[in-house]
Amino acid sequence: MSSALTTGPLQKTALHERHRQLGAKMTDFHGWDMPLYYTSILEEHQAVRQALGLFDVSHMGQVLVTGPDARETLNRCLVSDLAQVESGRACYTLMLNPEGGILDDLIVYRLGEQDYLVIVNCGNRASDVAWLNAHREGRATVTDISQGRSIVSVQGPLACRVLEQMLDAKVAGLSRFGIAPVRHMGPEACIARTGYTGGDGFELFLPDAHAKRLWDAILSAAQPLGARPVGLGARDTLRVEAGLRLYGTDMDASTSPLEAGLEWTVAANKPDFIGRAALAHQRLQGLTRRFAGFELAQGPIPRGGTALEAGGRIVGTVTSGTFSPVLNKPLGMGYVEPACAAPGVALTMTVRSQRYAATVVKLPFWKGQAKQPAIPNLERTT
Amino acid sequence: MQVPAELRYTKTHEWMKREASEAVVGITAHAQEELRDVVFVELPKVGKAVKQGEPAAVIESVKAAFDIYAPVSGTVTRVNEAVAKTPQLVNQDCYGAGWLFALAPSAPAEASSLLSSEAYAKQVQA
Repeated sequence: MSSALTTGPLQKTALHERHRQLGAKMTDFHGWDMPLYYTSILEEHQAVRQALGLFDVSHMGQVLVTGPDARETLNRCLVSDLAQVESGRACYTLMLNPEGGILDDLIVYRLGEQDYLVIVNCGNRASDVAWLNAHREGRATVTDISQGRSIVSVQGPLACRVLEQMLDAKVAGLSRFGIAPVRHMGPEACIARTGYTGGDGFELFLPDAHAKRLWDAILSAAQPLGARPVGLGARDTLRVEAGLRLYGTDMDASTSPLEAGLEWTVAANKPDFIGRAALAHQRLQGLTRRFAGFELAQGPIPRGGTALEAGGRIVGTVTSGTFSPVLNKPLGMGYVEPACAAPGVALTMTVRSQRYAATVVKLPFWKGQAKQPAIPNLERTT
Repeated sequence: MQVPAELRYTKTHEWMKREASEAVVGITAHAQEELRDVVFVELPKVGKAVKQGEPAAVIESVKAAFDIYAPVSGTVTRVNEAVAKTPQLVNQDCYGAGWLFALAPSAPAEASSLLSSEAYAKQVQA
């Protein structure tokens, strides 16, 4: 998870002091000093599945693309058709190079007629902004607004009810991938029904001062209901359980959306975009590998780089793995030969000279439940 | 942090308890706290000969896999099947139900190189 390329002092989010006060074990994540866990990765994981988890993901980049040609610019650089995304809605999408390799995965929120908020991975922030600027169409402006702003992610079955009580914003009325302004929290302050856990949850894009107040208010009000601060450790175990890919680990510039199982993000009928011809060519040629999920009845955690075998030969490599405290078994994801990517295929994994049986399963491993438990009235401090 | 006085310790955070003809081995409270979230334990086979300071078992937490070193040389006489089935025992009771394996020491003099509870506690606090 750490980046060996980073030099100099680590960057700190506005909530850094809070993490210290909460006793977090910190880690270097792409040059940011971020909480790995506060008490236990597995306990924090369970809190998100059963109650509410509060994440600081302010290390992620916030980029505004605005102007009459903002949509053209994004349609040129991304695989989705932004004409299909209405105001107040968002889409998960990919940025490709001309060879069809994935430069980043990101979420684009349409704030207004000509205004888009793009959330990018922190390790790609500078290169994404440069790429968007290099391929800007006509009257479009690309602005990195990350400085001075935070992202607080509130995830879990209690998230909706808790936020509804704490904010003067439409929360329950937001549909999945919807976004709305939170006017009393400053310009471009927004709440979106998105997340990286596979379950229900919200992300708030806010000026730093409001983020601190909101963080404190949610924790003090919702801790008695089982809410916890959650670090990057559980963020990783949650996203694996939900079958969500991590950029730099499960995909990079050498992987295409077709291989990564993300073809559903690619719009079939839209004007030309960077990487389109390469994808068409790859479709004709066929794939040599496909992303797949697998589970073990028991055994060690599948770690990135471990070979996957079938029929006595190597057919693929693990990219991500974890232990699921919800399913109570080790889970893994990686790339295998297309013939081995179908659910039910038997694989073996050798760890420290011991062989372990694994079975390919359909992703996601875990699907979010819709139930939202009732909660008592909370004290409002925002 | 708990460092029972009756045990002997390694610099690599294993504890050893001398019994009649056996030495029982586990990891310390400090080690389990550092590892957190233990989800898999790989134990040696009974009858396996192990050497002092060499890997004899593996504990995996969510974060990573860690080697567990033999505090003294000997032959493995028993392993804790319960901890293989329920790895969380390492976190819950590292000096009791979370023990890992027992061995018959082959070079009893090696035990003199182990740390007392005071010396180990000092190392951990340093």
